[in-house]
Amino acid sequence: MREHLFLARPQRLGRAALAGLPLLLAGCQRAVLNPAGDVALQQRDVIYISTALMLLIIVPVMALTVVFAWRYRRGNKEATYDPDFDHSTALELVIWSAPLLIIISLGALTWWSTHLLDPFRPLNRISASQPADPKVKPLRIQVVSLDWKWLFIYPELGVATVNEVALPVNQPVRFDLTSTNMMNTFYAPTLAGMIYTMPGMQSTLHAVLNRPGTFDGFSANYSGAGFSDMHFRLQGLDRAGFDSWVAAARASGRTLDTAGFIALEKPSERVPVIHFGAVEPSLFRRVVERCVEPGKPCMSEIMRHDSHAGGAPFDNRVGAGMPAGRQSVPPHGNKPEGALMKDNDEKGSAPNVTKPRGSEPPGSTQPASPKNRDMSQTTLPPVPGVSGTAAA
Amino acid sequence: MFDSPILKTIFGRLTFESFPVHEPILLGTFIVVVLLGAGIVAAVTRYRLWGWLWSEWFTSVDHKKIGIMYIMLGIVMLLRGFADALMMRAQQAMAFGANEGYLPAHHYDQVFSAHGTIMIFFVAIPLVVGLINYVMPLQIGARDVAFPFLNNLSFWLTAAGAGLVMVSLFVGEFSRGGWLNYVPVTNLQNSPDTGPDYYLWALQIAGVGTTLSAINMVTTIIKMRAPGMTMMKMPVFCWTALCSNVLAIAIFPVLTGAFALLMLDRYIGTDFFTNDLGGNPMMYWNLVWIWGHPEVYVLVLPVFGIYSEVTSTFCGKRLFGYSSMVYATVVITILSYLVWLHHFFTMGSGASVNSFFGIATMVISIPTGAKIFNWLFTMYRGEIRFELPMRWVVAFMLTFVVGGMTGVLLAVPPADFVLHNSLFLVAHFHNVIIGGVVFGLFAGIDYWWPKAFGFKLDPFWGKLHFWGWVIGYWVAWTPIYIVGLMGTTRRVRHFDDPSLQIWFVIAAIGAVIILFGILAFVIQIAVSIINREKLRDTTGDPWNGRTLEWSTSSPPPAYNFAFTPVVHDLDAWYDMKSRGHARPDGGFRPIHMPRNTGAGVILSGIAAVLGFAMVWYIWWLAALSFVALVAVAIGHTFNYNRDYFIPSDEVARCEREHALLAGAA
Repeated sequence: MREHLFLARPQRLGRAALAGLPLLLAGCQRAVLNPAGDVALQQRDVIYISTALMLLIIVPVMALTVVFAWRYRRGNKEATYDPDFDHSTALELVIWSAPLLIIISLGALTWWSTHLLDPFRPLNRISASQPADPKVKPLRIQVVSLDWKWLFIYPELGVATVNEVALPVNQPVRFDLTSTNMMNTFYAPTLAGMIYTMPGMQSTLHAVLNRPGTFDGFSANYSGAGFSDMHFRLQGLDRAGFDSWVAAARASGRTLDTAGFIALEKPSERVPVIHFGAVEPSLFRRVVERCVEPGKPCMSEIMRHDSHAGGAPFDNRVGAGMPAGRQSVPPHGNKPEGALMKDNDEKGSAPNVTKPRGSEPPGSTQPASPKNRDMSQTTLPPVPGVSGTAAA
Repeated sequence: MFDSPILKTIFGRLTFESFPVHEPILLGTFIVVVLLGAGIVAAVTRYRLWGWLWSEWFTSVDHKKIGIMYIMLGIVMLLRGFADALMMRAQQAMAFGANEGYLPAHHYDQVFSAHGTIMIFFVAIPLVVGLINYVMPLQIGARDVAFPFLNNLSFWLTAAGAGLVMVSLFVGEFSRGGWLNYVPVTNLQNSPDTGPDYYLWALQIAGVGTTLSAINMVTTIIKMRAPGMTMMKMPVFCWTALCSNVLAIAIFPVLTGAFALLMLDRYIGTDFFTNDLGGNPMMYWNLVWIWGHPEVYVLVLPVFGIYSEVTSTFCGKRLFGYSSMVYATVVITILSYLVWLHHFFTMGSGASVNSFFGIATMVISIPTGAKIFNWLFTMYRGEIRFELPMRWVVAFMLTFVVGGMTGVLLAVPPADFVLHNSLFLVAHFHNVIIGGVVFGLFAGIDYWWPKAFGFKLDPFWGKLHFWGWVIGYWVAWTPIYIVGLMGTTRRVRHFDDPSLQIWFVIAAIGAVIILFGILAFVIQIAVSIINREKLRDTTGDPWNGRTLEWSTSSPPPAYNFAFTPVVHDLDAWYDMKSRGHARPDGGFRPIHMPRNTGAGVILSGIAAVLGFAMVWYIWWLAALSFVALVAVAIGHTFNYNRDYFIPSDEVARCEREHALLAGAA
């Protein structure tokens, strides 16, 4: 970042300096501006280049504002006063074309960099000096955002973790991401840009970590009461370190099966790191298709049913498969009951709550209670050995 | 006891628990509000002002009085919204490591949701609409807006929405879904409480008001310009008001529709935005942002108009590049529909879609840049008087360009991937909203105050107000830009990294400096009212203005213009003055004017009751108020006593009085 070149006269351009200050100050250490991952590094370079391009016009505008404001003040009798000066074709050309030229350059940069750094696109380089080997398949990691913790599944390795993800350094990684209930954003600033995790949908992110170390990751999209502490730890390990990390996870002896997932899914916050040595293989697909609970049909099954049931299986006409209303199968999931349908005894009370309702987390006493979905309040399951699970 | 069916039928889900008697912050606020309210009610009763308030103000269809009421609503809500801001700044400055701060998540999440909702819907919109209401008809030489009763109704509907938001502070809870009430947080399953319902009903009611007002303003500008005022001789402020209101007409129905679908989800159990059963939360995000991005321009375009008027007046010059200014405004209006997706590049729409919306966003900066240059070259070879309004212009130009730059940066998708949802983004939009919209609104208030009340605002306190905001803005938001670049994200209640704390402490200090600015503003108004004789302007044209509003007395008579002015040039009043304009002193005719009506107040009051009943599941009251709403609306159409004539000798008396005073000055 060479923006100090544009700020050659700081006494005049105090405000311009102020604008550049964040970049100058923060440029040294922190994740966004000094990342450990090649994708984040390229994204940082895009920030630098675009900022420099824009300063080409911002700095002169600020300087001219100050100069004109001072020079044409009423007290200055030396300045020309021309009350009818209201048009100049030459000036108009300049003031439309100068921003236009900048935006053309910036637009070209945008088109190119957006395609190059598209999160869906497999990486073509490990770092600036090292192209990716097309024969090496990226490490696959499946990410599920739960309320309010992160689940990472390594399908090829058969292990899973909560609130910790370990990556072998210089190995391309492909994240597939989804969510159980809330929308969150998967964000490890040092690794790559953000991507939303959405219920019933799957997003993808390709990334690589180039430096070993321990970094922060979190949800960047507000998702309810436990959002603030929805962090995970990003471990960059060398090959040997990664292998022993996987071995340690396997040795934990815990298995993430359907029942375990349903228990894990309940709202909780500040959950310590948990390792699972084995994972039910289809778990991630069933999370995406919203059919983890036994007996709940998957989205693909419903779609197949909708296209076939009630009609000839190969009849492709629109709506041919749709059964008449009353004959259709029970719908997918729990149908929420609208407020107008509530009986008096179901209206409940709407208290003004700013303190926890009680010491018992509803999830542990009444697993089916709708209160478990009340994101307005977290009552935290006690976690041994972790302090600070105070009420939110 | 509250479980008994009869009480549930009568009170719905309202119980004693719904009142925050256990919450010291709210209880304290409640007591202060009640005492203040009681004081005001007592004072109004003591001085027998109820009749005057009702007949002169509440029921008034005069665009000037409605404009002033809008601005007062905006200023009152600004105080509430700013109190929320101070609470957030305090929480973020202290909640590090073991310190949890003083706000639990449940409360903090309401505070940031309420702050955004109030600042956009009940501060920025009322202030912008209020200034347009006051100034635009005067600038186009009209006697009122096209639909005077609708104007009154629009205001009261907005006030009813604001009232519901305020009620949620003390009865039940406000939404915790962010300022746009995002699903899935606000799905019925995830937020069964009253918060999202308060949000939805308040904004639906206020939204109807805003839509009606936009229709009213567009019709007024199209149909009611003085003879000779072709579109290209219309003041820039009117052009920007036109574009802003055209935008509003197009987008507010989308917002209303999105909210209506969410209401159906919550009230009758449909599945538009649910996670299961084929619902899709992302549709809600698309819909609210199809409203949300143009809304930015709904707010900022009229303010650009204010800057244009102020710059031209205080530089003593014609506006540089009038037609390019108009084209820039129109181009921004059109482009603003094409950019909403940049609010969620990180959803994974694919590179080509993201590039399109990114580049479309950047293209908006070209006309905006042209506008900045136009103001710059209006200053060039001018004779700049640095009165209060002009100071805001210079502060705006230096502040806003930085916000524009960070905005274009965020429009580059790869940059957005690391900065989206970060505090950098939050700093960016406060940069453009404070540095653009708020500074401009204050410029407008300082500029047109003498027109509205006949005396200028006190310059000493005005300067303190100005410096408080400008210095406060930079101290408060520069550190937020910095922590954003460090990868800190928004809406976070508690941090682990102690190295960040210093930045939040600085930001909190900045917020306190802004608080001094706001206090100075309130004192400025009080001091100016007390010293009004010293600050009196009898000419009606204290700034040597250039547009038609300055040709009237200050405050203008109810009928604005005794004779509809004939316009020959862009700066119509400047043109009239330079051709030796003489005030007419005879030949006055009776003037046909709309009559006041209480229907707007009554309809809006019923709408607020309807909203409250629906929020609390009090179905009988909801049904009753709905029927009443329809009945009063129909009943009002049978009111044929809706106009009157101001007699010609009354007009003559007003005009002579003004001529005498202006002559004496």
